[in-house]
Amino acid sequence: MITDAEINKLATLSRIKLTPEETQSLIKEVGAILAYVDEIKKASIAEMPQEASVGAVKNITRADVAENSGVQEAILDEAPDREGDFIGVKKILG
Amino acid sequence: MKSIDLTTLTVTKAHEAMLAGDFTAVELAQAYLDQIAKLDGGAKGTGASAGIHAYLEVFTDTLDQARVADERFNQEKKGGLKTSLLNGIPCAVKDNILIQGHIASCASKMLEHYTATYDATAIKRLREHGVVFIGRTNMDEFAMGGSTENSAFGTTRNPHDLERVPGGTSGGSAAAIVGQMALISLGSDTGGSIRQPSSFCGVVGLKPTYGAVSRHGLTAAVSSLDQIGPITRTVADAEILFGAIRGKDVMDGTTIDATTYPEISKKSDGKLTVGIPRKFMQLGGISPEVTRVFAEAEERFRALGYNIVDIDLPNNQYALPVYYIINFAEVSSNLSRFDGVRYGFHADGKTGIEDYFETRAAGFGREARRRILLGTYVLSSGYYDAYYNRANALRRLITEDFISAFKKCDIIMTPTAPTPAFKIGEKISDPVAMYLEDIFTVTANLTGLPAMSIPAGVTSEAFAQKASATGARLPIGVQLTAPHGAEASLFHSGKAFLGEK
Repeated sequence: MITDAEINKLATLSRIKLTPEETQSLIKEVGAILAYVDEIKKASIAEMPQEASVGAVKNITRADVAENSGVQEAILDEAPDREGDFIGVKKILG
Repeated sequence: MKSIDLTTLTVTKAHEAMLAGDFTAVELAQAYLDQIAKLDGGAKGTGASAGIHAYLEVFTDTLDQARVADERFNQEKKGGLKTSLLNGIPCAVKDNILIQGHIASCASKMLEHYTATYDATAIKRLREHGVVFIGRTNMDEFAMGGSTENSAFGTTRNPHDLERVPGGTSGGSAAAIVGQMALISLGSDTGGSIRQPSSFCGVVGLKPTYGAVSRHGLTAAVSSLDQIGPITRTVADAEILFGAIRGKDVMDGTTIDATTYPEISKKSDGKLTVGIPRKFMQLGGISPEVTRVFAEAEERFRALGYNIVDIDLPNNQYALPVYYIINFAEVSSNLSRFDGVRYGFHADGKTGIEDYFETRAAGFGREARRRILLGTYVLSSGYYDAYYNRANALRRLITEDFISAFKKCDIIMTPTAPTPAFKIGEKISDPVAMYLEDIFTVTANLTGLPAMSIPAGVTSEAFAQKASATGARLPIGVQLTAPHGAEASLFHSGKAFLGEK
């Protein structure tokens, strides 16, 4: 079973604030879901793969070259707090 | 103008009619707009509306786009360029696919006011064909759910029975087709999100081979599983739409081309062999209505001269838990970008770090928050091997099972979903029950195989009398799965099954 403390730790790592009521309902729901996915522990697996893969698709790379997207203004406009060509955030260092 | 019969309209028929001057693209778009006005109910945010609520927004420039399409027809008639089959065809687009200048909210409060700064590749390609984008359709928030009830802007209702869900997550796109509120639509499929709503609504839905369609401009849910695909009334329309959006794209490194799966000397015409994983289908939880329709579908293929064989998929019993572990893990990573700083919703705390906690608590809905926590759990250092790595190992075994099954058959048939459309509210408070809806669909995403749901039958009269106030008979689909890159086998067998030319 999963505890309050574990749920709160996950919430902290996930950067999500939970209400006490939500923590309680998550204990039940997350517990039930983990009990369900624990099913895979019964499977016998001969060899663990080194990396995930889907069909014949392989990782590819491209040159890391900066280009002008032409949509800089539109992207900046989406920021909740825009200051000139910057995105505003709260002061981090006191 | 001849009156337009939307109930039997197809892309090819509409194209011929517009070329012949029976009706214009503007008149066609107007016919769908009229249907929307009649059936779709209130605007955004009116969750309690009595209408279908397939659309989150109907675009105000729809008729302007149609006018441009009409101009292209005029040019063709004057000896200009031949128009695409898709010129002037009204298309509904799931709200997680970007259309430049339009909101793309993923049915989340997090992106309620987010305006796309570019076109998704699929949209760009359809634009070149002259497609008319009619609006953006409702979905489960960030493509997580199986009913469209997880939308932050109210649920979509099943046009066959308004008390029932249309399925999800592409519920709005499927409901728009069956409600004749668009001729074609785009959805996305992470674990069945195109196919299960297609089954519930009685339409055709294709999840292409992983990499067949570019995801550039599709908001990422589970990057190793997501695909964009068509939802349409006929298999032929799905084939046309797929043909227009598929293909390699430099903006999506996972896209494939015709050389990726060269072994497709697979039979894709004539009488195919259909494999049925009978043992897997005895797992339980399948509605007797689905079992009956499935048996009838098997008979229909036999009557067409198709060969039916039994196949074994021994690791399929683990597919659903494997799928959810991978889903949680990738969702928690993909949704970490929503921090209230660069774009989207922002809620203020006292400090910078509090801004994150407040933003993500208020911006994400319940299911999104739950999955982010679960993903964080399965990826945390003590559990990574037991969950994520183990799931990936099983994912590989499941894929190998399918590849070896295809030595015995050309396509594999299962039900699309274990039940017909369920009632709104029936499963929303029990996440595991909702997850079980995906039992037959997740394997195509785990393996990257193409799969298509086609309408196969409806619930019996006795079931309908008991289950619905209106006595509506609900559609039930079957799912066909083909080898990597073998969408042609799906189109061929699907058309044969439905008696399409």
